[in-house]
Amino acid sequence: MTYNKPLPRIDALSKPFWDAAREHRLVVQSCPACGDRHFPPSPVCPKCLNAEQTWTECSGKATLESWVDFHRAYWDGYKDALPYRVCLVRLEEGPLLASNLVGASDDVKIGAPVHVVFDKATEEVTLPKFSLD
Amino acid sequence: MNDLTQLKDRIAVIGVGNTRYGNFPDTDEYGLAAQAFRNAVADCGIDKNQIDGLLVCRIPYYARMGEVLGLDPRWTLTLPPHGRMSGMGLIEAAMAIETGLATHVALMYANIGRSRRVNYGGDESPGTWDPWGMTSPGAAHAMMFQRHMGLYGTTTRQLAEVSVAVRYHACLNPDAVMRNPITIEDHESARFITAPLRLLDYCLINDGAVCIILTSAERARDFKQRPVLISGFGAQESFTQSSISNFDFDFWYPAVQAAGEQAYRMAGVGHDDVDALMCYDNFSPTVLFSLEGLGFCPRGEAGRFVEGGTLALGNRLPVNTDGGHLSNSYMQGWALNVEAVRQLRGECGARQVKDCEVVQYVQATPCTRSIIYTRG
Repeated sequence: MTYNKPLPRIDALSKPFWDAAREHRLVVQSCPACGDRHFPPSPVCPKCLNAEQTWTECSGKATLESWVDFHRAYWDGYKDALPYRVCLVRLEEGPLLASNLVGASDDVKIGAPVHVVFDKATEEVTLPKFSLD
Repeated sequence: MNDLTQLKDRIAVIGVGNTRYGNFPDTDEYGLAAQAFRNAVADCGIDKNQIDGLLVCRIPYYARMGEVLGLDPRWTLTLPPHGRMSGMGLIEAAMAIETGLATHVALMYANIGRSRRVNYGGDESPGTWDPWGMTSPGAAHAMMFQRHMGLYGTTTRQLAEVSVAVRYHACLNPDAVMRNPITIEDHESARFITAPLRLLDYCLINDGAVCIILTSAERARDFKQRPVLISGFGAQESFTQSSISNFDFDFWYPAVQAAGEQAYRMAGVGHDDVDALMCYDNFSPTVLFSLEGLGFCPRGEAGRFVEGGTLALGNRLPVNTDGGHLSNSYMQGWALNVEAVRQLRGECGARQVKDCEVVQYVQATPCTRSIIYTRG
């Protein structure tokens, strides 16, 4: 079956993130000068403006900060997936990520520990998602 | 930073105008804006050729707007079609007048999103989080409200108070789009769009246009209407987490607090002086966040604060007396500023706030602004 949900527009800046995800590694951009870790990637360090940026592998551990259940499909590919849950997590390393919380549960609480799981969408794209510990 | 108090009461609103609000597929932004401009010109009795400053928002091309209205201004500014530009535009135009770059400025906003079937999500507004299905400003507000519920115990029944009070005001406004009363139960049984938010937590999408004409407080006396003064304003952006658009991890609390404090200090007024609050209500939770940021209630307590109809006309703090974005018209803040002016002029009929002397506008958005208006 063809994957019909939105796919990322992978560019030079974001390519390392998607390459790593395909290998089941979660990475965020980090600054060799000041150590700041950020996502989405930026052409310069948002904290110290250092031009050279690198990538750091994350532990995959995060905290659930919020979530929303979509009852409306803004893309046709989601029509059969309603309602679906988008979550907001804060990685142990600092950055905030929007993602999906896998495994339906009504018993979710802000502050719950979660961990990354990898969901292959296409040959090129694997999506990091999160699951309750 | 210069002391903003020097700018207190220096600039006045002399004319306001709007179109009818609804679905107008046979016109465009220029047609709508021209109608609002005609109404604002008639409202203050200005010779349109006196207008030498032009600010357009959500109107494709400023020069075409000038051509349509037969204007060659000496100051022009275009703002992007984002729902947070009204407060920014009014302050910029006020400063253009204060510094002498323009004498009389017409600010125009038009929205034809209803006829053009604008969705505010999906491929229309591509973003970083699309691959996870995260899109639309409504979902961002849902995620904020979910957090507010988790952190402070706020309930959807409390949230309903916002939509119910604002709809009550729309019922008193003959020009409002939504004029059937709603109850907390109606809110609770409305369909989910992005749970925990339901249909009645969402603003309208409708066509229409607004025009506001500003000049100096001195010159304002030459025109037909009693001037309304810009007595205070404040500003604070929150850009550092913009990839999740229309979202703020702290509910814009620090930004609203900063903008509110600047505006109160400049105007020399406090919460108790505010007779009505015009509060950007793209989604109902924004009103709760604004009340906390401005300090009408302690942080985390907006849910309890709004219980029992606090925000309805005749009660403690009338909010969005025209029906706001939720029930009057989605003019992205511009119509709320017009309503502030009309309240201070005493033109609001059944929805008039008694002895209205101070009206505050606030937009809790990535570009937070607050403006305090008083009677001239």
